[in-house]
Amino acid sequence: MALQGMDGAAARALRRDHSRAERRRRLQAIGLVAPLFLFLLFTFVGPIADMLRRSVVDTDLAAIWPRTAAAMHAWDGAGLPPDSAFNALGEDIRDSADAGRVAVAAQRLNYPILGGRSLVMGMARLAGALDGKPPPQGWKAAFLDADPSWGNRDTWVAIRRASGPVTDYFLLNALDLRKDAAGHLHHAPDGIFLSILWRTFSVSGLVTLFALLLGYPLAYVMSHSSRRVAGILTLFVLLPFWTSLLVRTAAWIVLLQDQGIVNKALIAIGLIDHPVRLMFNRVGVVVAMVHVLLPFMVLPLAAVMRGIRPETVRAARSLGAPPWTAFRRIYVPQTMPGVGAGVLLVFISAIGYYITPALVGGADDQMLSYFIAFYTNETVNWGLASALAVVLLGATAVLSMVYARVVSGRGALVG
Amino acid sequence: MSARAGMPLTPVERVGAVALGAFAVLVALFLIAPLLAILPLSLSNGEFLVYPIRGLSLRWFDTFFHSERWATAIRNSFFIGSLAAVLATALGTLAAVGLARATFRGRRFVTAVLLSPLIVPIVIYAVGLYFFFARVGLTQTYTGIILAHAALGSPFVVVTVGASLANFDFNLMRAAAGLGASPLHAFRRVMLPIVLPGVVTGALFAFAASFDEVVTVIFLAAPQQRTIPREMFSGIRENISPIIAAASAAMIATAIVLVIAVHWLRRRSLRGRLPT
Repeated sequence: MALQGMDGAAARALRRDHSRAERRRRLQAIGLVAPLFLFLLFTFVGPIADMLRRSVVDTDLAAIWPRTAAAMHAWDGAGLPPDSAFNALGEDIRDSADAGRVAVAAQRLNYPILGGRSLVMGMARLAGALDGKPPPQGWKAAFLDADPSWGNRDTWVAIRRASGPVTDYFLLNALDLRKDAAGHLHHAPDGIFLSILWRTFSVSGLVTLFALLLGYPLAYVMSHSSRRVAGILTLFVLLPFWTSLLVRTAAWIVLLQDQGIVNKALIAIGLIDHPVRLMFNRVGVVVAMVHVLLPFMVLPLAAVMRGIRPETVRAARSLGAPPWTAFRRIYVPQTMPGVGAGVLLVFISAIGYYITPALVGGADDQMLSYFIAFYTNETVNWGLASALAVVLLGATAVLSMVYARVVSGRGALVG
Repeated sequence: MSARAGMPLTPVERVGAVALGAFAVLVALFLIAPLLAILPLSLSNGEFLVYPIRGLSLRWFDTFFHSERWATAIRNSFFIGSLAAVLATALGTLAAVGLARATFRGRRFVTAVLLSPLIVPIVIYAVGLYFFFARVGLTQTYTGIILAHAALGSPFVVVTVGASLANFDFNLMRAAAGLGASPLHAFRRVMLPIVLPGVVTGALFAFAASFDEVVTVIFLAAPQQRTIPREMFSGIRENISPIIAAASAAMIATAIVLVIAVHWLRRRSLRGRLPT
């Protein structure tokens, strides 16, 4: 105590110096990390967040039909909206048709309303014939004359829900759920996305399983052989790992197509007498994906296995354990970190796959990524593409957190 | 099997070991056989990517190296890959040094962000960029693709440089500063020689990531910016011919060079680390 008290001033000065140096180090560290962090914020995180935003932010309709959106926000949702809402929609449809933008609004309403597009486009044709004047019988009567659906509350609820600024429609749709006019959730019987989600997970699960079954013995032999054998086997794993995905996929086409090597070989040995379909179906997708992802299983497994001391198994053997028991009870448990890392790495990569299924799969083998691209490019339903991306990214994020726990701190990613 | 060394094998065990070895060899063949299967077709003089090869010729290599379309793709692949790797390596090395230098609040979160390009499904990224670059005028530009590929390659640099810094003693930097070296000078003369294998390995990984990447190119590139994998993607979909095999042969040759380089660097950095 006395000692501390005596040179308290000096200790304080030392501590101050130390904490100043600490602070400077910390600032330097932040300054070094900042360029890449900001770069990724701009070129990576930002664009992805902006894309995901489209799954809930829904302002297209409100931008094209501002009067309708205002009327819908004012409407309490009970019964039919007031006549002023019919007037607002009528004028909005007319003006948006003049501006050439009505098709976008019609498209947006076509998602929640069966035949929504023709409903709107029919009204746009009718409004176009009026020469800018309101219809003689009034807008409401004109709507109801044109199509009785306009007298249906469900139609107006759908317009109201599409009037922004946010919507849950796309996210629910991505899970095959619909909200009825009363606000209750129902499973959509014609929904396709749950089955696509299931397909994505089951294909990935199958690929992961095969990768483990093939990868575990290979990693074992790689880790416990002489240097030369291990070196050659490692080369056999690393070369495909470094080879372009497109090359490997093309190679599988050479092997699996109807006139391919596998079919010719099977015919030559008399197992089959005409080619069997190995491509554009699930077989091709799984085989090619196992091939592409196998190194991601083998490398973390081998990294863990190389660190296992053979004495542990030998000790169990000398204590009388039969080889299989020693392997199962002593060796396998020690490899579990590698198994966990490999399984998660392969599965996380597999659920995001796009190129391989697109090239060697059939229409029934396309996974979530394919539909995200499809709804972006082909049908231009960006809200839905974005909602599917939320589902896929959510699954990836959860699995990655598990992965981070499993490998915690070990650089198993690069082997 | 060294795990069993020193213990006499029973006949059953010997059969088991042989079976295990045979199975591992089969799996290794499964990995390498497709690459071997496509290579000979690059020398076919036929029009289709099928066996048997009726006659040998170099016509597909000639097309690959000299046709306008493929020559452009080759140039683009190396151009985009090199610049993306340079950018990723510069930013990634600084960040890895920063992460190793000190702990700071939010370091775990920052690390997660820096590594996130490794795990985000590529289609999600490509679609996000497609919208975002359209707004800032970067779609269908080299700049856009290079930025995208640099982002995708940067985590490899962070990881490899981080690994080579794992045993780095920052007191060496303090000693250099005490002897009058400027921070930049100390970095160049003290830290860089030690982490260089990690930096170069990271650069090679980043280059390979760009060289192999096709999805962002599908979404972002104009025809004149197409890379080799992009042309292969079209080629496989539209009319598949031995040109795909010729392109594959070139890609495999590049992969072999990269594997050897990384292997050599790893040996070098291990040797350099032995005395410590």
